[in-house]
Amino acid sequence: MHIMEGFLPGPWWQLWFAISIPVILYGIHKLNRMMEEKRDLLPLLAVAGAYIFVLSSLKLPSVTGSCSHPTGTGMAAILFGPAISAILSMIVLLYQALFLAHGGLTTLGANVFSMGIAGPVIAYLIYKIGMKAGLNFYFTVFLATAMADIATYLVTSLELALAFPAQSGGVIASFEAFAAIFALTQLPLAIMEGAITALIFKYVIKVKGDVLVKLDVIGEAGLRKIQELTT
Amino acid sequence: MKLEIIVAVIVLVFTAQFLYISSTTDAEFGGADGQAEGVIEELTDGTYEPIAKPFWEPPSGEIESLLFALQAALGALVIGYFFGYYRGKNQSTKSTESSQSNQSTESSQST
Repeated sequence: MHIMEGFLPGPWWQLWFAISIPVILYGIHKLNRMMEEKRDLLPLLAVAGAYIFVLSSLKLPSVTGSCSHPTGTGMAAILFGPAISAILSMIVLLYQALFLAHGGLTTLGANVFSMGIAGPVIAYLIYKIGMKAGLNFYFTVFLATAMADIATYLVTSLELALAFPAQSGGVIASFEAFAAIFALTQLPLAIMEGAITALIFKYVIKVKGDVLVKLDVIGEAGLRKIQELTT
Repeated sequence: MKLEIIVAVIVLVFTAQFLYISSTTDAEFGGADGQAEGVIEELTDGTYEPIAKPFWEPPSGEIESLLFALQAALGALVIGYFFGYYRGKNQSTKSTESSQSNQSTESSQST
């Protein structure tokens, strides 16, 4: 999903930096507070970051006959919220930009926005709404993480469309062209990502369910209900 | 177990989809990023010049795979380590709890 190095002209790449930097700063603030108050959550933070590392390294073949990779950000977003997810995504994006020529430094702001902010915000909102509505926990996790994946690619398409409007049809026509590549390729990958993330959550609950209560991801009663269902 | 089965089915459908597409079409399975580059070229009639170039590019496809594999391996290592850590910790607290309760009731049964 990464916009490649140099493929966003000014003023667009500066604009996306301007939007992403405050979120990253807020994320650093949140992270610092968490490190001081709840140090026992750090292993789970490492797992969430590592999950993004693994999933974004897997380029998977899709129905369109091209390859793309899932983002893995939905898990971090549900556990730690969008701002911390933005930091974790930025670390992965930097690794790929510097060592793999995948994405880039000028496009880092735009890529952090689509993968680290837009996707996680969608995941976070869907998760909160789904749990309020009393949907099944694992189904909500599936929905939230799959939609985060799709949202990331739609936003990437929008970022490219804004920078490269078509001569006839403008931004909308070029958005359709980019989304046709990205979103369609992503659909099966997003379903896979959602399903596997739901499974990971099952294991997190099994080995360390109390952490989720501490993070306000689920309530005490909700946790007990899920544990009864799965054991 | 139910969730595992659902996930396994989804993964199987995904694999079948790939096998079907790869055997019925001559799709290249290139990166979607590269296709987007093609669209940019079309939209600008090939006039767009990237404003920057990567500092360093993996010199070959092999090196690129190496670095991608490294990325996945590092991630998997961290996930596996902490899941194992939590699991072991749970088991040891469980066994100390049960041995303490055994001592207090003076039962001779060991766990």
